[in-house]
Amino acid sequence: MNRMLSGLAAFAAAGLLSGVAMADATVKWLHIENTPDTVAWMESVARAYEAAHPGVTIQMQYLENEAYKAKLPTTLQSPDRPNIIYSWGGGVLRDQIKAGVIEDLSDAVKGEWADRISPAALDAFTVDGHVWGVPVLASQVGFWFNKPLLAKAGVKAEDIKSWDDLLSAVKTIKAAGIVPLATGGADKWPIHFYWTLLAMRIGGKDAFQAAYDQSGDGFDGPVYIKAGEDLKALAALEPFEPGYLGLTNPQAAGYFGDGKAAMHLMGNWDYLNAKKNSASGKGIPDAELGWFPFPTVAGGTGQPTDVLGGVNGWLVTKGSPPEAVDFLKFLTNKENQEKAAELGVYIPVNKGTAEKLKNPYFRQMAENIAKSGYFQVFYDQMLGANVGRVVNDVTTDIASGATDPKDAASQVQEAWEMR
Amino acid sequence: MTVAVTASAFDRAAVRRRRGTALRSQVAPVVLMLVPALALFTIFVILPMGEAGFYSLFKWNGYGSPQDFVGLRNFEQLLRNRTFWSALTNTGLIIAVSLAIQLPLALAMALLLAEKLRGRVAFRMVFFLPYILAEVATGLIWQFLYDGQYGAVALIWGWFDAQAPFVLADRTLAMGAVLVLVVWKYFGFHMMIYIAGLQSIPSEIIDAARIDGATPWQIVRRIKIPMLLPTIRLSVFFSVVGALQLFDMVMALTRGGPSNATHSLVTYLYTFGQMRMEIGFGSAVGVVLFLICVTFSIVYRRTLMRGD
Repeated sequence: MNRMLSGLAAFAAAGLLSGVAMADATVKWLHIENTPDTVAWMESVARAYEAAHPGVTIQMQYLENEAYKAKLPTTLQSPDRPNIIYSWGGGVLRDQIKAGVIEDLSDAVKGEWADRISPAALDAFTVDGHVWGVPVLASQVGFWFNKPLLAKAGVKAEDIKSWDDLLSAVKTIKAAGIVPLATGGADKWPIHFYWTLLAMRIGGKDAFQAAYDQSGDGFDGPVYIKAGEDLKALAALEPFEPGYLGLTNPQAAGYFGDGKAAMHLMGNWDYLNAKKNSASGKGIPDAELGWFPFPTVAGGTGQPTDVLGGVNGWLVTKGSPPEAVDFLKFLTNKENQEKAAELGVYIPVNKGTAEKLKNPYFRQMAENIAKSGYFQVFYDQMLGANVGRVVNDVTTDIASGATDPKDAASQVQEAWEMR
Repeated sequence: MTVAVTASAFDRAAVRRRRGTALRSQVAPVVLMLVPALALFTIFVILPMGEAGFYSLFKWNGYGSPQDFVGLRNFEQLLRNRTFWSALTNTGLIIAVSLAIQLPLALAMALLLAEKLRGRVAFRMVFFLPYILAEVATGLIWQFLYDGQYGAVALIWGWFDAQAPFVLADRTLAMGAVLVLVVWKYFGFHMMIYIAGLQSIPSEIIDAARIDGATPWQIVRRIKIPMLLPTIRLSVFFSVVGALQLFDMVMALTRGGPSNATHSLVTYLYTFGQMRMEIGFGSAVGVVLFLICVTFSIVYRRTLMRGD
């Protein structure tokens, strides 16, 4: 009798517990965002979802960009893993899928949900015909510039159409006693933008595709060697701020934001970053800030409209509560993404959000991305963690003079063959 | 003759048997008491070492379990990698500077501060302070000091109206900056070891020498340093092993940059293994580092530290 009672009690308790567990879900949302405005917006979306779904808690967790990349493999394989994680797509995403730690979202992201998103962006998170993540933002890399500083040096940004124009502009600006370019050489990836964009302008999509598929000239082919030589020619002018190899990207962004350098080759996020990291916290006023796309290279087959950027989004890890997927659906709905566009936290990939972008630069870039015939995802993401870092290393080595363009190109090719 | 031999053989066997039973009665408690220590040692030392050796034979990104067996390819790649050789050279440099500059400096300071000088406690504390400071904090503080725009370097060069060098952004200067930091940070620790060693030298010997007319320099050379030798051998050992393990300070100061010019073996392992999700390759670096450490420890203990 007694035993039966206690058995019943246990049964009831178990039922109660499971009932509680169903209503009380916690979704752990791991992000790498540290711009206060953006975090505040994410926070507000999470709270709105919680208010609409009593019992669900959205727990935001933060890791710094580099730490996030380093910790992810271990974190993903622990039973305590976060439910929603940040992704740049590309080779790293493929590795994660292969390891079986990412939830297949094909059954969820279809119909109305899939229709919200621009097909090209969704494509970036589709591997082997399955949808593995929800893209939220796209970005473009180009030259931010300081209008008064260019005017002072007598350089017109509209005139910088070709690589040679850029080199002569750099000379003129330097002669005027102004630092022509800011870059965060300690982080290395800011310098890989130069090499990648040069290769894109010289060889276009075909050169990359051939190297990527190993169907033609590789990363040690003439296109990539030429890209290295052009970068070397730029570095020979000593265009970067003194000590650039010791400065991280946030520091370089602050340097540009303080009005100490004329130009900064960076993604659209630099708009907020340069302000945040400047001494005043305000950066360059919008009226004095300009932007132009990366110039073309004489004799190159790449189009000036080809875009280097990223498509970033969110993944759901295996074994997450259904609320995680539901929250992503909420996060990427029309209202929330229009709000993100309005606030200018990023360039959303939802259709029809471009009109809501108040930030004129972001609006221009959204158009560029939409019109681009060839959208190249950052090499250091596209080629996976290892080859990506080799690219970052060798391009910085070209700029610092630690290696020559030919050797740099062959190191990338070797890493790609060995991957 | 034969009888005697068998008798003594019998005796010996009996002794052995007796000793055997005595041992046997002790074995059980010994084994029992060894279990916790052995278990911990196995789980946290032996197993990870074995695992690293196993992973080093695979191409593995850390996801799932290693499957792509590549034999010794990771080691082959490692030996061809220029940054690995520069990391190895850097580690050698750190050892050389530790032994040639840091330890003599520490010894000189110890000899001075072990005397009954006025303010010696304050001096000892000041010299020991860098050692107490957390490694990451040290790296960050010196990053500021070395800054060519706002740092102490900029200030000093500013006195002479010169443009300060950007030490940490210069591939030839940066390693020197790391070396300065290593000496600055750890010489206080070795100084303390030496002071402790000096204080354990009986004062009678020194008094006797003084009465015999020995000069202070002779006392240092003929009495203090010889009697300090075991301590010096120990501090050399710490110095070398510390250099082989140097990580967090370099990470905070330069992250191995500019252009991978200042990697130590461990920051190399971390940057090229962990950060690149090449756990197999990283394990291969770990195995090489382990072999270097073990070889050094065994050779050093077998030869120089034999009597200690």
